[in-house]
Amino acid sequence: MARLSQLVPSSGHEPPILVDDPFSEAVLSSPFEFQHALREAGPVVYLSSHNVYAMGRFEEVRAALVNWQGFESGNGVGLFNPRHETPYRRPPSAILELDPPIHDAPRHALEQALGPRMLTGFRDGWARTAEIMVEELLNREVIDAVADLAEAFPLKVFPEAMGIPEEGRENLLLYSDHNFNSFGPNNALVENGRAAFTKLVGWMGQQGSRESLRPDGLGARIWAKTDEGDLTAAQAAGVIRSLLIAGLDTTVHALGAIIDAFLSAPRQWELLRAEPTRARVAFDEAVRWASPVQTFFRTATRDIGVAGTKIPEGEKILMFLGAANRDPRRWDNPDQFDLNRDPSGHVGFGMGIHRCVGQHVARLEAEVVLHELARRVARIEPSGEPKPHLNNTLRGWKTLPVRLIPA
Amino acid sequence: MNGGRAALCVEQKELVAEGVVRLRLVDPRGVRLPDWAPGAHIDLNLSNGLTRQYSLCGNRWDAMSYEIAVLLEPNSRGGSEFIHRQLQVGDLVQMGGPRNNFRLVPADSYLFVAGGIGITPLLPMIEHAAKMEAPWTLLYSGRQLSSMAFIDRLQSYGDRVVIRSRDTQGRFDLGAAVSNLRQGAKVYCCGPTSMIDALEQFCRSLPTGALRRERFTAKVQTSPARSTAYEVELARSGKVLTVEPGESVLNAILKAGAPLLASCREGLCGTCETTVLSGVPDHRDSILSDTERERNLSFYPCVSRAASDRLVIDL
Repeated sequence: MARLSQLVPSSGHEPPILVDDPFSEAVLSSPFEFQHALREAGPVVYLSSHNVYAMGRFEEVRAALVNWQGFESGNGVGLFNPRHETPYRRPPSAILELDPPIHDAPRHALEQALGPRMLTGFRDGWARTAEIMVEELLNREVIDAVADLAEAFPLKVFPEAMGIPEEGRENLLLYSDHNFNSFGPNNALVENGRAAFTKLVGWMGQQGSRESLRPDGLGARIWAKTDEGDLTAAQAAGVIRSLLIAGLDTTVHALGAIIDAFLSAPRQWELLRAEPTRARVAFDEAVRWASPVQTFFRTATRDIGVAGTKIPEGEKILMFLGAANRDPRRWDNPDQFDLNRDPSGHVGFGMGIHRCVGQHVARLEAEVVLHELARRVARIEPSGEPKPHLNNTLRGWKTLPVRLIPA
Repeated sequence: MNGGRAALCVEQKELVAEGVVRLRLVDPRGVRLPDWAPGAHIDLNLSNGLTRQYSLCGNRWDAMSYEIAVLLEPNSRGGSEFIHRQLQVGDLVQMGGPRNNFRLVPADSYLFVAGGIGITPLLPMIEHAAKMEAPWTLLYSGRQLSSMAFIDRLQSYGDRVVIRSRDTQGRFDLGAAVSNLRQGAKVYCCGPTSMIDALEQFCRSLPTGALRRERFTAKVQTSPARSTAYEVELARSGKVLTVEPGESVLNAILKAGAPLLASCREGLCGTCETTVLSGVPDHRDSILSDTERERNLSFYPCVSRAASDRLVIDL
């Protein structure tokens, strides 16, 4: 929680400078050494590779995330700073890159549509889907936990729950991956994804229209807000597209992280099997441990002193959620995936007014999958070398070959 | 942080009009207060045992304080009288919320209608409409000018604000104001019942959701806040925990080793939602609507407590 002293403008001393590029292939494929250096350098650090400020310690990251008054999103949550550069390379997201007051109405509509009590109707159907999927996977010698489970499950249930047409659903992964890349610098990841992304822009633009959505889905629930005058038509279509973009890749990488987490700590699988009610905690612990969303930028709305360092007005600050979630100042044995830990309060979903609005959806997806796996699978064993999936914002696996040993 | 938000501290108290005091409330620990948006109110559990709701009328860009304004009601059942006559700078007062049943929604233009102390929720709305560059008008009436709060704050808005003393200038012609509205306008009203009833008649032909109103004859909460310890029974394990008034239920549950996930710990995000099997919660969250509160099916142990001696929850 932000202390008064952190919010008072101060002249402050100069931050330590770190020369490493957090968006390099080396750091993206294994970020822990960099994160350690970032945390140890100081509460606020200057990254000379991109001329931005950065934070990696839990307390400061959390305080800055909740301080929307001091650290705005409306100037873009990527590296690109429209105050210094023109033109803006893409339109701002319909919710992620807005500040109050225009953030209020779409945010509230999404909170209402995606609250835990609004999702109970999906549980049985999703549990049945998980049952069928796991049954099928148990018949196979080796599976790829990414393609066959972490991607397959959300692709099956999430677009369906939203109520979008079946055709083109697989486009969402590609579109979303590039979108998350575009928050970083114009590196090879962005260049390589651009052509495929450009082809999908037209398709994405058509998603979210009221006519295209099934009347019993989450998308239609958001559109119903326009009938009550709570949301404009443009806002409804915009937030639905935002959900489609932000709701799938993130969950895919989070589910991949769970499997990876249990591979790293097989004893924990026994704990979950003995006590399946720990599934929710297990998911959040995996999100803390892996931080599928690694980073987001903010912009200082005025000169702000953070732990004695001045961040000047208009400058970008890169928040390392992943580093904060493994900060030993906050977490004991942070590199351990541990079901006996209380992961509450991790910043893997962000915090404050921009905290992940779909987190209850993700938790429910993970919970039903974990329940089913815990019921049917005695052990999860590695079966080949996993390959990382590189993205400027997300951390996940491209392939994760495993063997599911039936219970 | 694990103790939950026990109380707010009265940092300033000042008379801003005849019979109206403005309070500035801060967290005694000097930390941020939970986020809010225009139209939000907080529940204050006054130490005379009453719970009263007050609209937040300050500036949400200042995260360290809340502002409310309280009219001394001639027929006060004790809430406003307590605040006016007994509550002092430096006193602590228990809080629930903020909650919002009166949200500012998008519109092409706004008509704000305030009667007396009903100006409070509309003040931040006006500032927001101005920020969003939407055209707006405020019609603000009171019995007499000397009892109308915040007239000074409204001066800078020029002729968008029309102020009228009922005693000397009579009532606004609300029918004319509504019939002059352009398509896409929304009407926000807070004031006495007679004013809201009249406006409802005039707004009948407007589209659904065009009229938004808040009556300040707030319901009295059925369950008074308690200042003594209570028991929380975890139904699945049969454990019974004693929760002291200064401790959060969430903290007590975690100490007992039950796996319960939380996130914001401010009653905002809903992560720690827990099913209530029996007993009456004292809801302090920002999530549940009044109807949902009355059903008492779920509650948020990070901020909410028990009103009854024992609460049985599905954990």
